[in-house]
Amino acid sequence: MITLSPLRWGKPYDSLDFKEVVHFDTGQPIAKVGTVGSGIVGRDMRQAQKARDALLQLTPHDLIARCQKAANLFEQGDLKVGDSTQSVDDFVHQQSASTGLPEHMCRSNMAKNSFVLKNIGHILECLTRGLDLSILSKGYGEEGRGVTVSYQVQTPVLGAILPNNSPGVHTLWLPAVPLQIGLVLKPGSQEPWTPYRMISAFIEAGIPAEAFSLYPGDHDVGGAIMAKSKRSMIFGSAHTVDQHAGNPRVQAHGPGFSKILIGDDVVDDWESHLDMMVESVLSNSGRSCINCSGIWASRHTEAIAKAIAERIGPIDVRPPSDPQAELAAFTVAAMATGTDAMVKQDLAENGVIDMTAEYGEKLIEREYCAYLRPMVVHADSPDRQVATKEYMFPFVSVIKCPQSEMLGRIGSTLVGTLLSRDESLIKAAGNSTDIDRLNVGPIPTNRLNWLQPHEGNLIDFLFRSRAYQIAEF
Amino acid sequence: MPEADQKVNSDMIPQVDAARDALNEHTLRTVHWHFHDDTGSPFWLEKKRELNFDPLTDIKSFDDLKKFPLFEDEWLRGGPIQRWVPQGHAGKPVYVFETGGTTGVPKSRMVIEDHWKDYELFSSTLPETYFPTGSNWLMLGPSGPRRLRLAVEHLAQHRGGICFCIDLDPRWVVKLIKKGWMEHLEEYKKHCIDQAVTILTAGHDVKCMFATPKLLEALCEALEEKGTSISEVGITGIFSGGTEFTPQWTRFCVEELFGGAPQESGIYMTPTYGNTLMGLACSKPIRAEDGYKISYYAPQPRAATEVVQFDDYDQVVGYGETGRVKLYTLTDEFFVPGFMERDEGEREAPFDLYPWDGVSGVRPFHQLASATTVGVY
Repeated sequence: MITLSPLRWGKPYDSLDFKEVVHFDTGQPIAKVGTVGSGIVGRDMRQAQKARDALLQLTPHDLIARCQKAANLFEQGDLKVGDSTQSVDDFVHQQSASTGLPEHMCRSNMAKNSFVLKNIGHILECLTRGLDLSILSKGYGEEGRGVTVSYQVQTPVLGAILPNNSPGVHTLWLPAVPLQIGLVLKPGSQEPWTPYRMISAFIEAGIPAEAFSLYPGDHDVGGAIMAKSKRSMIFGSAHTVDQHAGNPRVQAHGPGFSKILIGDDVVDDWESHLDMMVESVLSNSGRSCINCSGIWASRHTEAIAKAIAERIGPIDVRPPSDPQAELAAFTVAAMATGTDAMVKQDLAENGVIDMTAEYGEKLIEREYCAYLRPMVVHADSPDRQVATKEYMFPFVSVIKCPQSEMLGRIGSTLVGTLLSRDESLIKAAGNSTDIDRLNVGPIPTNRLNWLQPHEGNLIDFLFRSRAYQIAEF
Repeated sequence: MPEADQKVNSDMIPQVDAARDALNEHTLRTVHWHFHDDTGSPFWLEKKRELNFDPLTDIKSFDDLKKFPLFEDEWLRGGPIQRWVPQGHAGKPVYVFETGGTTGVPKSRMVIEDHWKDYELFSSTLPETYFPTGSNWLMLGPSGPRRLRLAVEHLAQHRGGICFCIDLDPRWVVKLIKKGWMEHLEEYKKHCIDQAVTILTAGHDVKCMFATPKLLEALCEALEEKGTSISEVGITGIFSGGTEFTPQWTRFCVEELFGGAPQESGIYMTPTYGNTLMGLACSKPIRAEDGYKISYYAPQPRAATEVVQFDDYDQVVGYGETGRVKLYTLTDEFFVPGFMERDEGEREAPFDLYPWDGVSGVRPFHQLASATTVGVY
């Protein structure tokens, strides 16, 4: 069994307290994770500037090159992780075993994280809108218009309270490293694997170890990171997002409520977009914030729902090692039973129909975990409660709604794919403050363009544009 | 020899037997007090009628206490509180101390002098070098309806000192946590710590203190931010307590906040484990060589703890084995013949200082843990 120790600015800490990570299906322990208390975090954070200072010893260009090396190590190498050497296969087995994600999805998330690191130079160029990174490094510089520009760093380190079961979101904190910002991470209790392996790859690639802290622990550890770090990100529920709304120190990532909106000019041709809709709902077992949870159209909605149900309704549980496995387990079975109960409540409302009813039982309970099989529901109006729901399994509501009301009713939407050639609708969607990422045309909601910011631009979060004047004297 | 006794050092057996005899004798005396018509409390005299045995004749030893049904904490919720006052103490001034109370009716326990006696006994376990008699104290923790403030204040006075007190309301803290008002929580903590720093830097010659683990940590941090330290402000002896007092936390505190073991840093810290029902269990001295293991020993014979099987609360587990903590209170003020604590831990063997069973690794009982908000102090 692998033992993972906390890292305090790169140095492993021999914890006296351990938590076990168990296999989702058998309950067998697969890792022992040493934990820390909030006091250690608070104490270490006094040294946070040293993490940035260590990264400032290298130029952004050097760091980008080392990130690219780290990407290859992460995706292909044998790496020292905890007290063991971890191969790629070990990583995939371990991550699948603790998160319930099928192994091929773990590989795909691994590739996603690696891709971001490999292309970090392009991504930063895009996020900074082409700014010379030495300006961020130095704090000021000449942009080429004869004007001094300055960006003031807001924190020496980025804190992150990482999720339990969504390995793909680690892409969000990776760019901090070439931006010369240290990392203070609280790994998710069931998914310590990606942060541990990634930090190991960074260090192996020659990035200073003292730039990284990893603090497994209880909730108080997350609280300490957020209290002591001037900039941190957290992943959680809608409640978590609400709790941190308006706090400039915190970037909260919650449910996406991502949607596909079909304009009246395209809806008669909906069948040509069925694959795109299915992918948006089903990919990564519907777990991501970028999975589609609502499809909105003014007509043909029952037919659309029926067609998606025919495609995803029959999907059943398969072993995690099966390359055809489409469903991830709920490693905490109560989350599945609770979700099932909530869905039943949604279905009790008039005007809401379960289009997947004929495909059998949805809740599959096992000894240590549970699964929810895909569901498609039809709602005859955006007034139905289910129109605003998102669940952590392949679940989509197809909502009948006049086009004229659509943008006013959709609510918060992380990714909105608009299927329309209607210029006025495209313009209105572009102006909607409810939609974060707008895809115009048949782009599945789960397909990210890494050269675009995701849920807020990290540069804006970590740096502040400011005045900087220099006079000779 | 029963398996459970196999780890008791043979040299210890006479002391263990003597302690057991004392416990048996004390049990007999306590039961007679609480169930005699002239001295017993209305609660126990009424409860006696429901029992299928006569406590006055059928309880002959500590083990016989298992004849009683488990003590239910629900009995402590709601009044009248007078039903707990033994007739033998009628007319004396009575305190009421509460536990819980974040939601619903809190549990109340009447006390006359038990809190003083508990802390006087505890006082005798404090090393003079680090807890010098005559020195002043700081009490940084909950007061309100809890007994802690009065008890620590009495401890200070008993040792010839004066106690300064900073209050923290754990019920408000629990509400802040449940509401997710973490900024308010931080501010409230800061508010408490600011007051403590003010007292410690105001020339009152405070050398000893009680603090909850969280507050002690925050205090050390605040002092360091001001360019000083807990040692520099003159603190030499600290006692603290609760299930948050883990070996890892102790190690962090000793090594990183204090700057080393007592002989290096000049600061001695001892944990305690207790509650309004039982009184104060003392700790076996903690050492880095033992991995900062924390073992608690109840103040026998006034109180006793057992570590019992999860599926049979009448059976103690073997030494080193894990079970739920069961406690007994055997004072002339209050009688608890077996109360299942909300904690679990490992059974520890007697040693020379405390020749009776102890408990280590105390943590929230795993079947209740998810429903408990821990770390509120």
